[in-house]
Amino acid sequence: MHHYVGLIVLFPLIGLIVNGLFGRHIRSERVVGWIGSLAVGIPFLVAAAILYGMLGSPVEERSNTVTLFTWIAAGSFQVNAAYQVDQLSILMTLIVTGVGFLIHVYSIGYMHGDRGFWRFFTYLNLFIFAMLNLVLADNYVLMFLGWEGVGLCSYLLIGFWYEKKFAGTSITWTGDAANKAFWVNRIGDFAFMLGMFLIFREFGSLTFSTVMDSASSLAPGNSTMFWITLLLFIGATGKSAQIPLFVWLPDAMAGPTPVSALIHAATMVTAGVYMVARNSLLYALAPDTMMIVAVIGALTAIVAASIGLAQNDIKKVLAYSTVSQLGYMFLALGVGAFTAGIFHVMTHAFFKACLFLGSGSVIHAMHEEQDIRKMGGLAPVMPKTYYTFLISSFAIAGFPPLSGFFSKDEILWSAFSQGSVLLWAVGALAALMTAFYMFRMVTLTFLGTPRWAKDKHPHESPPTMTIPLIVLAFLAVTGGFLGIPAALGGGNALHHWLHPVFERALDRLPTAHEYSHMTEYLFMLVSVVIGVSGFWFGRKIYLANPDADDTFAAKAGGVFRTLSRKYYIDEGYMRGIVNPLVATSDRFLSRVVDTALIDGFVNGLAKVTASFSGVLRLVQTGVVQSYASMIVVGLLLVLGLILLG
Amino acid sequence: MIESYIPIFLILAVAVVFGVVSANMSWLLGPQRPNRAKNSTYESGMEPVRTAHDRFSVKYYMVAVLFILFDIEVVFMYPWAVQYRNLGLYGFVEMVVFIGILLVGFVYVIKKGALQWD
Amino acid sequence: MQQLLQDTLATAPLGVTILLSLVVILLHSFVKNSERAQAMVSVAGLAIAAAAAFWTFPMRGTAFSGMVMTGGYASAMSVLFIAGAALTILLARDYLGKIGADFGEFHILVLLAVTGMMAFASGLDLIVTFIGLEVMSVCLYVLAGMTRGRLEANEASLKYFLLGAFATGFFLYGIALIYGAAGTTNLAAIAQSASARAQDPLFLAGCGLLLVGFAFKVGAVPFHMWVPDVYEGAPSVVTGFMSTAAKASAFAAFMLVFIAKFDIAHGRISLALAMLSVASMVLGNVVAISQTSIKRMLAYSSIAHAGYMLIGLAAGTPAAISGVLFYLLSYLFTNIGAFGVVSIIENEKQENVSIESFAGLGTRRPLLGALMSLFLFSLVGLPPLSGFFGKYYIFYAAIAEGYTWLTIVGVLTSMISIYYYLRVVVVMYFRSDTDATAVPVTTLGTASLLLSAAGVLVFGFFPRLITDIADTLF
Repeated sequence: MHHYVGLIVLFPLIGLIVNGLFGRHIRSERVVGWIGSLAVGIPFLVAAAILYGMLGSPVEERSNTVTLFTWIAAGSFQVNAAYQVDQLSILMTLIVTGVGFLIHVYSIGYMHGDRGFWRFFTYLNLFIFAMLNLVLADNYVLMFLGWEGVGLCSYLLIGFWYEKKFAGTSITWTGDAANKAFWVNRIGDFAFMLGMFLIFREFGSLTFSTVMDSASSLAPGNSTMFWITLLLFIGATGKSAQIPLFVWLPDAMAGPTPVSALIHAATMVTAGVYMVARNSLLYALAPDTMMIVAVIGALTAIVAASIGLAQNDIKKVLAYSTVSQLGYMFLALGVGAFTAGIFHVMTHAFFKACLFLGSGSVIHAMHEEQDIRKMGGLAPVMPKTYYTFLISSFAIAGFPPLSGFFSKDEILWSAFSQGSVLLWAVGALAALMTAFYMFRMVTLTFLGTPRWAKDKHPHESPPTMTIPLIVLAFLAVTGGFLGIPAALGGGNALHHWLHPVFERALDRLPTAHEYSHMTEYLFMLVSVVIGVSGFWFGRKIYLANPDADDTFAAKAGGVFRTLSRKYYIDEGYMRGIVNPLVATSDRFLSRVVDTALIDGFVNGLAKVTASFSGVLRLVQTGVVQSYASMIVVGLLLVLGLILLG
Repeated sequence: MIESYIPIFLILAVAVVFGVVSANMSWLLGPQRPNRAKNSTYESGMEPVRTAHDRFSVKYYMVAVLFILFDIEVVFMYPWAVQYRNLGLYGFVEMVVFIGILLVGFVYVIKKGALQWD
Repeated sequence: MQQLLQDTLATAPLGVTILLSLVVILLHSFVKNSERAQAMVSVAGLAIAAAAAFWTFPMRGTAFSGMVMTGGYASAMSVLFIAGAALTILLARDYLGKIGADFGEFHILVLLAVTGMMAFASGLDLIVTFIGLEVMSVCLYVLAGMTRGRLEANEASLKYFLLGAFATGFFLYGIALIYGAAGTTNLAAIAQSASARAQDPLFLAGCGLLLVGFAFKVGAVPFHMWVPDVYEGAPSVVTGFMSTAAKASAFAAFMLVFIAKFDIAHGRISLALAMLSVASMVLGNVVAISQTSIKRMLAYSSIAHAGYMLIGLAAGTPAAISGVLFYLLSYLFTNIGAFGVVSIIENEKQENVSIESFAGLGTRRPLLGALMSLFLFSLVGLPPLSGFFGKYYIFYAAIAEGYTWLTIVGVLTSMISIYYYLRVVVVMYFRSDTDATAVPVTTLGTASLLLSAAGVLVFGFFPRLITDIADTLF
């Protein structure tokens, strides 16, 4: 079956070409929308068929590589356009195409009447195409191509509504947000590229299987492995919005909501997690990097969750929540629980996509209002949205037996059993905050008395929007059953499925402490208590008093302001890095060096020359003269280098 | 290597010395009774210094430039003519090609009317 | 006689192009108002010349008593120049009419420039190299000032001429010093004794002067001052031609003289090359950020690209040369395309070339916008476009040769470059059009843009098409 993997990538490409070239002339939105959706839906079916084929074959035959053609060859170095179909990539493919299909369908309703309807679906298909290349690639170069491609689509889609203006300080229109995302990502990409170069220098190849085969003979603690994995991880912090590069993701919410759901919650931002998981063996060889990954993950989880406590924009809350959940995934990877990380990627894709789409439905109903302080009492008006939103909120808060419970609990348990109590404590505290801000949001949005203007008439969204919500909510409930831990009598199917992929990495990690099931139950109980108390407080406080934030602000102004201003990180970056850089380019290099310094120096030289010789004055033609003098200066430098160097 | 340049340097030196000496000789030896007419650059009455903003017709330049162009090309034929016997047919064909290219340029110049005065 | 015939056949691309120029001159002289026909004859003739280049490709060797190189490298480079010239002539068809400069001389000068480039890039004797350089340069000086009524064009032409003559002086002086040291101008003969003269100051000074002459032609810092003014003043299609084909021939000759023949890859000259490279990458990219005119921005970007290619020259290995050749080809298609779009956007007076005038192009003219984005992304070096592989091969070769620091500068500065390239994309897609000036559709222009785009894409997806050939050239 795996031979058909090319089809998975082909369909989005077809969709993109058809909509991109002819979309403008197709009058019917429905046709454009369904072409786009089917271009993602069919690959899902193909991927499902491949999965079925893999399930029916013995474990050692489940990983295959399909080569399309030889792409680059330079000397001994060769890169193929080839796809690796294994347990991990097929899982990611299913998530990308499955959730992607639902969001495409949702977009038909959401983007209804938009001037750029066809453009939107073209970009979405392009995104899916790039993302599939990222997860299916069998080498770093093709992966990097996908990596850049999704970044480009993210950029295009954030800036999709380019007429939109904001009252922000540094972000005044969608283009700024798009630029910020692109820039911050480039920092990560740069590190990724350097990591790639290092890998090539070390192993002489950029194909995953070759690299891993040669790496498996190395001993842990190799310093080159440290740098390689660190650079790759810096790449991941850009794409997956981790400290210190997470600042772009909240601003990326300027894009249409389906984009936030698809790219900035369910799929693209998890690319970093996937990449680290794909390189699990290299990470296992660099325990120091693993530690860094775990710490950064935990820190991101708590910092973002705490910021989420004080946000009022419904999408901003979800954005910080996403950053925080991605932190969990990296925490899992960092302590060596690769399966747990991927498990959370999957469950998070379900409930976070559902939450984002639900928020889109709300924003739609409220006529582009995003401030939850101006909502309230929406539950009776839009029941389907409310219930799906509620279910997903329970899932993310970790209520058993919803999907979020299993995946988050596995991460927290691994953080304790394979990491340290401190990591667990940070994760647990973040979980408490998560439950709190989620139900603060649910309460403020859907419950209580309406706080919206009388002239607004919120209504339930059309079926193209609600059906995907229902499907996703269903998945958010059931998705966790794939990974029921042994302590609860489950088979942990996902663990067994992914085990061959991570086998070599796990062999190199120190074996985890064995704890009794009793300890595990205890930790589960704590998780549940945390979730429930977050839910209870969030609901109680904000149901009683929707303006509770003002009370907090009055009582603990400094803390509250710090949280609502996101620890002033944006301002810090602006003042510390961006402004000096721009000023350097503009004032120093452009004006001072090129104009004042070079021209001044050259003019000075010209004056000296002129005073020596009246004849030279006659041929002095202003600027050309100084250009020519510049050539002479350059000549002297070159001759100096050659003769004395 | 450098010795072979000695004759050239000698000639250079002689040229410089001759120029300087002969220019200063007349000043040294001759009587000096200047008057206004004598001090002017050209005693013929031509004004040597005028405004530089006068316009010449572009035709003067055209003719001058074309003259230099074809004049210099002809210079190439002298060494060829001297070595004609040694170069043989090869040299002859090369020169035909050269003149052919030149001729096309000449046709272009004539057809463009660059040589027409009016 | 036999020898003459053989030599003539082996240098067929050059011969065909010269003949073609003569034919076009005659056509221009005898048939009035035949500009369109001249363009078509030129393109058809260039196709024949390209065929001749393919035909002579296996005839590797020298011709005319070792004065010029034949086959292999020479043929491959000829194809490059021919492609550049053909695209330029196609693009210029409607553009020249628009700006009121539809002179038949345009085609003649482009064709003659191509002959100069071919001689420049295949000369195995410094005299031939020099004649090639001059033939090419003189044509370009005139082309730059083709729109006689436009002050900027006059200024560009004059500046280019004055500075070009200045740099040529150094070039010639370098040849003279090398002749003084080595007693010959034949590259092969010089190469034989080059290592023995590695400490001879006269010889090294000659190399330095020659290097300055080349650096001027490729527009490397600090010999770059003419580039922004000339690129901005010259008509856009001419700028496209200058920045690609002319730069390619300068690089081709540069590599032929300095790497293939002098074999100085590890000497002091490669240090000087590395310094020029760093200066070009940094200054070109950083100053490009603050430009508001798209042509000036592309001019600084062109300086930066010269810097990237100089990395390959500094490394000097066959792999690096192959990388530079790929880069030249990629840059040819990309930049002719980019300037082509600029030429279509421009109005009759060639004045609206600010970046702002691209506002809303993405929605107003989707195809044009998409093509421009493609070219810009290729200039950025995003995979899988050809621009990416150009950088990739060069960086790869440079790292292999131990120039990791140079590569890091290259990667860092190319990150900076994203900012100003992307700004154009932002303006095209995220900004509504301020003035709704109609952009006239031109079939020929669009066709050549599509051809350029095809080059960018095909060589991006199948870079081996080129590298397999380029690897065999040295």
